[in-house]
Amino acid sequence: MGVDIAVIDYGMGNLRSVSKAFEHVAPAASVVVTSDPDVILGAGRVVFPGVGAMGDCMRELDQRGLTRVVKDAAASKPFLGICLGMQMLFEHSEEGDVAGLGILPGRVLRFPAEAMHVNADNKLKVPHMGWNEVHQAVPHPLWNGIADGARFYFVHSYYVEAGNPDLVTAFTMYPFPFTSAVSSSNIFAVQFHPEKSQAAGLDLLGNFVTWDGNIVANQCDTFNTSCSL
Amino acid sequence: MGLAKRIIPCLDVSAGRVVKGVNFVGLRDAGDPVEIARRYDREGADELTFLDITASSDQRDLILPIIEAVAAEVFIPLTVGGGVREVNDVRRLLNAGADKVSINTTAVSNPQVVADAAARFGSQCIVVAIDAKQCAPGKWEVFTHGGRTATGLDAVEWAQKMEALGAGEILLTSMDRDGTKSGFNLALTRAVSDAVNIPVIASGGVGKLQDLADGVLQGHADAVLAASIFHFGEYTVHEAKLHMMQNGIEVRL
Repeated sequence: MGVDIAVIDYGMGNLRSVSKAFEHVAPAASVVVTSDPDVILGAGRVVFPGVGAMGDCMRELDQRGLTRVVKDAAASKPFLGICLGMQMLFEHSEEGDVAGLGILPGRVLRFPAEAMHVNADNKLKVPHMGWNEVHQAVPHPLWNGIADGARFYFVHSYYVEAGNPDLVTAFTMYPFPFTSAVSSSNIFAVQFHPEKSQAAGLDLLGNFVTWDGNIVANQCDTFNTSCSL
Repeated sequence: MGLAKRIIPCLDVSAGRVVKGVNFVGLRDAGDPVEIARRYDREGADELTFLDITASSDQRDLILPIIEAVAAEVFIPLTVGGGVREVNDVRRLLNAGADKVSINTTAVSNPQVVADAAARFGSQCIVVAIDAKQCAPGKWEVFTHGGRTATGLDAVEWAQKMEALGAGEILLTSMDRDGTKSGFNLALTRAVSDAVNIPVIASGGVGKLQDLADGVLQGHADAVLAASIFHFGEYTVHEAKLHMMQNGIEVRL
């Protein structure tokens, strides 16, 4: 019998806060932080976090033999990417000019310096650090109970430009709208840190724990619309 | 609507206890850091900063179980500073549950620690704390060792150098104002904030709610840090946010 939630550990940063937050929202669930391919692929659902530089993350993933494992998990079960764990799903990053996993079409760009000078009295800082509004672009089971425009905690200097607009599940203004969440069938990925976003973040993690990985079926439950499935 | 300006209560910890007088009504134990952190979290604090002011280094590890306990039930970013001397200190604090580590004296004595820690753990978790004192009109000097040692470094240039080395944020304290309750040093805050591209947290001198708003509006701070106005129950974090909002500042409510 596999664990309920596997948090993929590839040596980049501290994953304790992610596992603690899951233990908080799902006290009965078994949560492990692991780099063991068998544990990851045997888990009910998988969380793919990440901090630091994308090149380092990709290299550490590769050195631990986890690149294939992440791709397999992202193809087969409820999968949550967080921060760098969202960016790495895409094809390419400007940060270090490195290739990502290419699971989703799109690229990762740096907030352009020229766009940050809104006016003489307002220079936006990079990293984008703090609590910003997450505008839900489409309904999704993971938004269940979370207000449209609720604030989540961000800390990042790069953002995803999705190659397919259908992937965009939320956007955030800094100062232009950038993609702050994407989804594609069983994959949901966020640029912000739900594990550090107090009530709204815990709600999202709680929704992930009960999500069956199917967008359509759950939408019917969540939004109480009639469905002919 | 966009990014909110942050309000960050700061807790001084010595030998595992919150010190410098915390006087909440209704707390069973006013020195229990976990209980205080929980309270600020409920009031809407955007982050929490713990400053370890333990005098002897052999007692400094006592902050680790505190951070572990807070991180297990308070799900907002936690910054820990004080006594960080090497990259391994950063690692231990992050492993205990800190999201960011603040480096002050060591950044001056050994700037390579800032570069190495940022390269290893990411700029997002490296805060450089700068204690500055006015030395001439429009000039501020960096001090270390809790404000006892002059360095000859210019605070604005030092902030820029720390950004270049990989710091993700600057925690800027005016030593002239710290403890005076006469408001932030707005000229210092603005000079540093305008000179760097990373976020700047204003610290030192808050005595009333308007001081917080002024730090953002006039000092161009990205976040404001205060200790005593929250500790003694003069104002709640929520009241501070409402006041900032009334001044046209975007906050998380």
